[in-house]
Amino acid sequence: MKLTKLSALVATTALIAPMAMAQDMANELTIVSWGGAYSASQKAAYHDPYTAMTGVKIINDESSAEAVAKLRAMNEAGNVTWDVVDVVASDAMRLCDEGLAIEIDADVDLAPAPDGTPASEDFGDLLVSECFVPSIVYSTTFGYRTDLVGDTPPTSVCAIFDLEAYPGKRALQKRPIDNMEWALYCDGVAKEDIYDVLGTPEGVKQGLAKLGTIKDSVIWWSAGAETPQLLADGEVVMGSTYNGRLFSAIAEQNQPIGMLWDMQSYDIDGWIIPAGLSPERHARAMDYLRFATDTQRLADQAKYISYGPARASSAPLVGKHATLGIDMAPHMPTDPANATNYHTYDYEWWADNRDDLDAKFQAWLAK
Amino acid sequence: MSDTTESGPVLAADGTPLKRSLARALRKQKISALLLIAPLLLFVMVTFILPIGDMLFRSVENQIVSETLPRTVLALKDWDATSGETPDEAIYAALAADLKIAAIAKLHTRVGSRLNYETPGISSLFRKAGRQAKKWDLENDGPFKEKFIDIAKGWGDPDVWRTIQTYSPKFTNGYFLNAADMQKGAEGAEMRPEDEQIYWVLLKRTMFMSMVITVSCIMLAYPVAWILANLPTRTSNLLMILVLLPFWTSLLVRTSAWKVMLQQQGVINETLVWLGLVADDARLVMINNQFGTIVAMTHILLPFMILPMYSVMQTIQPTYLRAAKSLGATNWTAFWRVYFPQSVPGIGAGSILVFILSIGYYITPELVGGTKGVFISNRIAYHISSSLNWGLAAALGAILLAVVLVLYWAYDKIVGIDNVKLG
Repeated sequence: MKLTKLSALVATTALIAPMAMAQDMANELTIVSWGGAYSASQKAAYHDPYTAMTGVKIINDESSAEAVAKLRAMNEAGNVTWDVVDVVASDAMRLCDEGLAIEIDADVDLAPAPDGTPASEDFGDLLVSECFVPSIVYSTTFGYRTDLVGDTPPTSVCAIFDLEAYPGKRALQKRPIDNMEWALYCDGVAKEDIYDVLGTPEGVKQGLAKLGTIKDSVIWWSAGAETPQLLADGEVVMGSTYNGRLFSAIAEQNQPIGMLWDMQSYDIDGWIIPAGLSPERHARAMDYLRFATDTQRLADQAKYISYGPARASSAPLVGKHATLGIDMAPHMPTDPANATNYHTYDYEWWADNRDDLDAKFQAWLAK
Repeated sequence: MSDTTESGPVLAADGTPLKRSLARALRKQKISALLLIAPLLLFVMVTFILPIGDMLFRSVENQIVSETLPRTVLALKDWDATSGETPDEAIYAALAADLKIAAIAKLHTRVGSRLNYETPGISSLFRKAGRQAKKWDLENDGPFKEKFIDIAKGWGDPDVWRTIQTYSPKFTNGYFLNAADMQKGAEGAEMRPEDEQIYWVLLKRTMFMSMVITVSCIMLAYPVAWILANLPTRTSNLLMILVLLPFWTSLLVRTSAWKVMLQQQGVINETLVWLGLVADDARLVMINNQFGTIVAMTHILLPFMILPMYSVMQTIQPTYLRAAKSLGATNWTAFWRVYFPQSVPGIGAGSILVFILSIGYYITPELVGGTKGVFISNRIAYHISSSLNWGLAAALGAILLAVVLVLYWAYDKIVGIDNVKLG
């Protein structure tokens, strides 16, 4: 009895070992993401199917907010413990610039669309950095209290600067990005000229002056969960945050909040693979990446959270919410009805000017 | 006999001079004492002093420019930055050679982001030029000056070249200048434009608010500690739990609780409106400003003041007070002349703890401080985790450390560090 067990064990090990060697891939993956509902949606759409398919154990680490600094520290220490990291596009660009993320060739490393369209075309403009594979499009946009705006709910983003029609506090993010663009847009700058104007000292002054008209009525937030809370408490009449947070406050928690999609600011979130992985771990990470960014997987994630899939070919596959059963398409920032007037964030421009503008913005805030 | 004892050295039993044998015995003792603390010393060195030293060293370190662009740095040495003209072809060719090597090794963007801290826009210049430089044939593809300017107009800006030249030495004081709201202009160090000055304001604010928090902690903690020290043990233990329970609660929970209390639709405002003390449209603003930060941080740091005060007050004999009173002192005189001086070491220990903890705080100010209630540590955290400008973060940290050491020294001069007791 004992002997047969042992021989069975030996036989299976003998079977498994060459397989593992043939693939030369690690059997464990540490994936870093944002936590909360977002990580849950990734687990359901990517991790669980991947584990079921390959038997690889996936460890979730919720460190994306400090990913850039931690990766740099790991890299300097020569001990990178993460395999796949979820970051926003601007962080991916920084990591790429610092040599902390590896370059990815979309057409070689990623799966083509089901109809054979190469990945680079399927993702299109969203491939903003050589190291970055986008997975979702989200937007920073406004929510307002339906019971505090009277009979005329706001239809334009410039309502945030209109203290007469919409008295009360507003919640804005404590950083120049997006706020400066909205301020200039509402001060009469044409959408296509925003970054040209913002690139001049006068433009920065103009933007800050416009923000200055509501400075005393603004509550500045730094964590995405703050605005939904402030809206629910009635502390603010309107505020900016990520569209997925507003979706869950409206659809899942039935708060009296309305969406204002006008001039929503698109941003992208996706994957990078850290530099300095061993060949086995690198191979495993690339294999996971190919799986998790194919057309069906990206569409699957939209069942759990209201962020738009980054592939053009995934859009028609977006279905209903996994538990609420509502159609998800109208809640996507990329839905044509929501995207009549949007703002596209200029990554290259912000990579160049972020630190400089941030210093000016913080100095202005402190005054 | 008496002659030898007076002029010759005193000898030990084995004939060696007593002085030497004593020294040997002491040395043995010292070595064994050192060996006993060696593990701790090593641990502190490796896990504390070295990393901090390494981090602080980044505030002056600047090898990256000369290591990545050695030819350009050499060629730029004689270029006159004040001429207002772009350098000549030789320098562009040197940069092309450096960039080609750097781009293949993927190092060019690192230099770009390093220099972008000084002059916005350089980061994309390096990113764009690196993409092309990889493919260049250095012998035949010249002249490079036009090529560079074709790739991005910025390469024709003398300011960009001045930045590269200014930051080519291996060490720089640039980060410290930046941390003091200054910059390297064409004629040496100068103040930054007023709309970019921020660190000095934040440093002053950090110091001022930390003092206010420390003083309010003293005011609140002293009576509590006094009661704890003078009640019967059973009651005081119960009260002690009330002090410790919040101490063990998560910092974020306590901060969020203050939000619920203080916000305009919060508990305090609701109560005041209900009582009719405050009009509904004139609710008090108690959060997202300095007041919010001071209240929340005083609450969070209060146990650090109560505990050392309590342990010092416990050692003060009640008989002293009774003796003072029986000698005719009033209650106040007995307290002020007899009790209070003995409790000063507790106040000192608590104040140092609270003050040093509060100048390093950043989560609570970030959440409840709004725009006027944030500390310099918020900027340090930003540069560590978002902008990756670790040199500037290190310089700010070094300045903060120096300020603390100066204050510690002043405290030692005024109160005396021997006068601090944790228990």
